[in-house]
Amino acid sequence: MALKKVKGNIERMFDKNLTDLVRGIRNNKENEAKYISQCMEDIKQELRQDNLTVKSNAIAKLTYLQMLGYDISWAGFNIIEVMSSNKFTLKRIGYLAASQSFHCESELLMLTTNMIRKELNSQNQYESGLALTSLSCYISTDLARDLSNDILTLLSSTKPYIRKKAVLMMYKVFLKYPEALRPSFPRLKEKLEDPDPGVQSAAVNVVCELARKNPKNYLSLAPVFFKLMTTSTNNWMLIKIIKLFGALTPLEPRLGKKLIEPLTNLIHSTSAMSLLYECINTVIAVLISISSGMPNHAASIQLCVQKLRILIEDSDQNLKYLGLLAMSKILKTHPKSVQAHKDLILQCLEDKDESIRLRALDLLYGMVSKKNLMEIVKKLMVHMDKAEGTVYRDELLSKIILICSQNNYQFITNFEWYITVLVELAQMEFGSKQGHVIAAQLMDVCIRVLAIRSFAVTEMAQLLDVYSSTSQFTIMQDVLYAAAWLAGEFASGLEDPEQTLRCMLKYKSLPQHIESVFIHNILKLFAHILKKYETAKQYENILELCDTINTKLSESIKSAELEVQERASTALIIINIVKEEITARKNSKLIDADHDRPEEEDLIAGEILSLFNGELNPVAPKAQKKVPVPDGLDLDAWINEPIELTSDSDNETDDMENLFVKPEKFESENRNEKYKYEPTEDDLKKSREARKYEQQNNPHYLKGITLSERSSSNGNDNLENIPVAELNLNLPPLKVMNQKRSDKYLDLQKEEKKSKKKSKKKKKHRKSESSSDDNADLAPTVEVKRDLELPEGATLSDSDSDHNNLDDPHRALDIDLDLPPVGDVMSKKVDRKESKDKKVKNKSKKKEERDKTKKSEKQKAKKKEKVENLLKLTAEEETKGGEETKLEDKGKKPKKDKKKSKEKGKNKTRKSTSDYEEALGISTPTKEKYSN
Amino acid sequence: MIKAILVFNNHGKPRLSKFYQYFAEDMQQQIIKETFQLVSKRDDNVCNFLEGGSLIGGSDYKLIYRHYATLYFVFCVDSSESELGILDLIQVFVETLDKCFENVCELDLIFHVDKVHFILNELVMGGMVLETNMNEILTRIEDQNKLEKQEAGISAAPARAVSAVKNMNIPQQIKDIKLPDLPQAIKDLKF
Repeated sequence: MALKKVKGNIERMFDKNLTDLVRGIRNNKENEAKYISQCMEDIKQELRQDNLTVKSNAIAKLTYLQMLGYDISWAGFNIIEVMSSNKFTLKRIGYLAASQSFHCESELLMLTTNMIRKELNSQNQYESGLALTSLSCYISTDLARDLSNDILTLLSSTKPYIRKKAVLMMYKVFLKYPEALRPSFPRLKEKLEDPDPGVQSAAVNVVCELARKNPKNYLSLAPVFFKLMTTSTNNWMLIKIIKLFGALTPLEPRLGKKLIEPLTNLIHSTSAMSLLYECINTVIAVLISISSGMPNHAASIQLCVQKLRILIEDSDQNLKYLGLLAMSKILKTHPKSVQAHKDLILQCLEDKDESIRLRALDLLYGMVSKKNLMEIVKKLMVHMDKAEGTVYRDELLSKIILICSQNNYQFITNFEWYITVLVELAQMEFGSKQGHVIAAQLMDVCIRVLAIRSFAVTEMAQLLDVYSSTSQFTIMQDVLYAAAWLAGEFASGLEDPEQTLRCMLKYKSLPQHIESVFIHNILKLFAHILKKYETAKQYENILELCDTINTKLSESIKSAELEVQERASTALIIINIVKEEITARKNSKLIDADHDRPEEEDLIAGEILSLFNGELNPVAPKAQKKVPVPDGLDLDAWINEPIELTSDSDNETDDMENLFVKPEKFESENRNEKYKYEPTEDDLKKSREARKYEQQNNPHYLKGITLSERSSSNGNDNLENIPVAELNLNLPPLKVMNQKRSDKYLDLQKEEKKSKKKSKKKKKHRKSESSSDDNADLAPTVEVKRDLELPEGATLSDSDSDHNNLDDPHRALDIDLDLPPVGDVMSKKVDRKESKDKKVKNKSKKKEERDKTKKSEKQKAKKKEKVENLLKLTAEEETKGGEETKLEDKGKKPKKDKKKSKEKGKNKTRKSTSDYEEALGISTPTKEKYSN
Repeated sequence: MIKAILVFNNHGKPRLSKFYQYFAEDMQQQIIKETFQLVSKRDDNVCNFLEGGSLIGGSDYKLIYRHYATLYFVFCVDSSESELGILDLIQVFVETLDKCFENVCELDLIFHVDKVHFILNELVMGGMVLETNMNEILTRIEDQNKLEKQEAGISAAPARAVSAVKNMNIPQQIKDIKLPDLPQAIKDLKF
């Protein structure tokens, strides 16, 4: 026996420990994977031994490998073995491995329940602390239910270290087992006034997290928090409390009014930027929640904005970023006060830091006016040229469009300029989704602004021209969608419709929705041109045009996309009809030459144009609701009397019920019954062969290329064999759109301004007139069509969007604590079956909720009283404040001293930061060698 | 809540990974990779907050990081955490490491990941901040280290002897003797 032990020990001497493993990996950089797989074998060997020390060594190594991305869940059982060791050293390794690799769905967790319970109740505070820390990473519903009582008792442990951890642990328990929240909440509340500041802070932390869901539960705690806020010096806790108040104020405006004073005091007094920032944030939240104007309302906004300005002007990029972030919150409710700092925000647009530029962009929305819009957009366009990475470009684009289009293009004075900007944007590179944004914008502007149509259409024609004449196409294809549609719809504005038509006919392979728009609009354009030629009796031209279109469309008719096919064939038939008719007329004209001009009604063009008649108007979403139901129309009435159910078969009755709802199902069911045919082996073989044969002969079938084929076709030696078509040297002049055309509008505006200034000066001689409003002197000259009015009660946002996010882990905490509990859940253990069967649970929950709502209505009145009382209390406390604090001071003195010393410690560490950063960089040379 | 704490070096090699929400191992690696790509391309003089990171979180989550010499310390947190507060916390974490390892460098983290985890566990528990006071943290860590030492004392002499022998670590000592001189000598020869 002794010999065996000695032998084991000697063997262990040569075992690799964690350090050896790490060193080994570093020495085997070339074949790391191989080395690790070898180590894995060793580890498996070690895990097979009885000695726990050996096992723990193996587990420690596994934990390291887990960080490198290796799955170690297979060792779960061994981890539990090591966890169960009675040595703290080994246990620690086991619990660490567990916290890294276990998760709440691990089945092994069942095995740990009793072990963890034993550990939680351990005499050694570090052992139970270890178990708590580890458990917090993988607690499951079962564990939470089984251990919640044990953790709850730890809340009253004598050791603050345990209390602190237990408090935090309770939150994790609530997340997994929400039923525990109600009974344990009073205990948690007590912890807010724990003598130990660490426990206090942990309790505040937990309540803050809880308040993310159903914050009104925690309104009753407001007085406690208020006291903590005014007395505590722990910045970390203060931040949390202030954040919590930010969440509570929307529910109780009176709370907000009370908060403003202490918060502004904190803003003035604190030196910690983090605290200052959170204070400002909460003040903003308070001001937003108080709708009615308060006397000192403007003053606090002013204070916030001022402080934020200091933050933004700071050289620290972090403060700058946060300052801008908070500004955007103010912008929503108090745009005027932010606008005063326009200079600063525009300056931030130039910042070298992308995050800051993005935040500044958010603010830009409120900064624009008629006067500076062009200038700002010009700046953004310059950024667009310089920007790297599509994320920032995309953001810039959407912001340009947002600021220009806000409020029905309120700030745009020159739509020609805007169209040119859009066309320029269309020629830049963006992420895949941006094309349609520009396209939608182009179409929107043209539909709404009548005056701009002819200009826009010529621009579009130019775009199409560039598209068809350049092989390397830089315009986003989605923009072509808009270009084609606009050119077709507003063809009357085109300078040379036939030229545009020919450009459009040159389309190459396009996405299907664009191709179909092309085909449709080719038809529109054709109708337009037809009219011109027909009135001029140039039948030859028409016939020639028909042929050109025919050849192109007969290509599209072979398209794989149904939509394209259908449109192409429709268009083709219409063209053919026209062609026949025109030929007939041409012949008749040859015979009957006296008829000089065909009657207006006789024109074929008129008939075809009538296909596309009608003006488009912008319609508000949900405008349908405004359309009244005509008299005598009953939407619920049967169109046909329901067919009497005469047949006895159940199946058929089912089908009848589904007649309108699930026609597919109906069909498929029937089909299944009819063709219950099982192919035999031979049949399958035959059909397979037939299919292969068909695939080979079908020109539209994309054949898979075998590897050899692919490699040969990609090979360099084949490059020379590629047939190259001879270039037609009679090239049309290269068409490149002038990139910076939008600038001329800006210059124009500037000139206008100058002239205006001059005239103003002249005016000033007579009258000292000052125009405070930027928008006053630049009145829009163009009319913008607005959306049709929304029906009453309809809102733009979907009302049903506020349903709960199913992925939200905090969803379960949406419990109303003020309602009487539905039985003491803690003592009543829920059946496992029930907890697993979620459907059943949900149903019962719904029932409970229904009951609750009935009760809650009665409760609401009571609650209001409660809150009012509480608020009164706080007021009284404040007035008493002086006396009370004196009394408290005696009791709390030692503690306060502690706090002070802590503060000192903090200050010290802050000072040493810069030294420290250097220290970290200098890795001691001896250590470096050691590693080699 | 803190969703994840990642430490990696300038080349993206993970030195510590702690996820407070479950991700499979390969996903964890992807997250580390993505985070590294996001963070590493940023200059040192830009702000320490980052939005985005498609794999972890979503719009509510932020990456808050600090860059020390060769290491990035990245915390992924949601909106209930204060940005500047977390920056301070990273500072506390690193300073604690510095105290525990006496002038911490990347190598300490490489060879003592377990210890780094134990230290981190005293700061953050289950994604929630446990303690921000460095003195308190240090006492707790020292106490636990003492406990380990005690155990080594009580728990049978043979094991101790073995560990002592093991600590001698003969192959390593041979390496230690050779390594400082030889490569340098070779280098000197070559260049």
